[in-house]
Amino acid sequence: MIKIIKNFAQRVFSGLFKKKGEIKLGFYGSPNAGKTSLANKICQDWIGEDLGVVSNMPHETRKIQIKEKVVIERNGKRLEFKLIDTPGIATKVDFEDFLKFGLSKKEAQSRAKEATQGIIESIKWLDDVDAVIVLIDSTLNPYSQVNITIIGNLVARKIPVLIVANKIDLKKADIKKVQGAFPEYTVVGISAKNGENIEEFYEELFKLVKKAR
Amino acid sequence: MSKKKNKDKKDRKKDLTIHFMPYSEIANASTIERIKKIMGLILDNKIIILQGKLKPEEEVRLIENSMTLIGNIEGFQGIEIAAISGKESENLGLFNKVRYNIARILVGEQDAITIIGPASVVKEITRDPKKIELMLSRK
Repeated sequence: MIKIIKNFAQRVFSGLFKKKGEIKLGFYGSPNAGKTSLANKICQDWIGEDLGVVSNMPHETRKIQIKEKVVIERNGKRLEFKLIDTPGIATKVDFEDFLKFGLSKKEAQSRAKEATQGIIESIKWLDDVDAVIVLIDSTLNPYSQVNITIIGNLVARKIPVLIVANKIDLKKADIKKVQGAFPEYTVVGISAKNGENIEEFYEELFKLVKKAR
Repeated sequence: MSKKKNKDKKDRKKDLTIHFMPYSEIANASTIERIKKIMGLILDNKIIILQGKLKPEEEVRLIENSMTLIGNIEGFQGIEIAAISGKESENLGLFNKVRYNIARILVGEQDAITIIGPASVVKEITRDPKKIELMLSRK
């Protein structure tokens, strides 16, 4: 009973005194969806530096990467948030998949271990973010259970979501399929790699963070 | 006799077992009990066809649980999972949507089907809005 009252008081007071600019913006999605590419694009545009390393090998990001204070200014409006780039969430990790990229068995096993720990860390952070950008690779089937599970969990936690269909520069990209899979959400198609449609993304980002306040 | 038993055991390992789990089997179970039950069958190399759907928080716990087992249980690579609903509530009118959601709260999502299998057996499950395709591993 005391715990319930304590939690309730904590929620009320943290809500009352939550300062603007304390928004924790999480980047979620499957491995290789382009989370770090988009995080890098934002950091390059507004801070002038990268956040993390990007590669074609799945699970390149295996630890949470945080950029403490990102400030975006557009049309006289100012947006400040903490950017949290999470390792890609997957339901399986097979070390043999990394062998195809030229890693030794030992390196592949070590990478697989780190990847599983990264996934657990990403899941834990779901309780600690205020707004989330879910990255979906628009060249792949959007109905993957990982996407559905991530979004379902965010809805259950009442965390505002923006879906970003990435890789629209590629021939196989199908943004309409992503929109069809998640008709209740705003879907923005971008190319994090070459910056295509990034202006519309920033517009939607302002709306997303506003919902989280 | 014991040789025959061992042979049977070996053969059984190669067999593909599909376990049908009616919703009543998990309806009153807690999240921990549900996950324990599912993981027990997965580790036994069985593909589960579950009547109904897990809650999003249960799905995420299932993934978390799987990740902790990878590397600790020989040959375990995680899971494949996909769920499909008979009715997608977003396509219904307001009245039917309310009715559907009330029914869901009362009896659970029994019109859904969830397929869960060990990744070493199930290579891939692809889901389109109205169909699920299951690709098995040749290993």
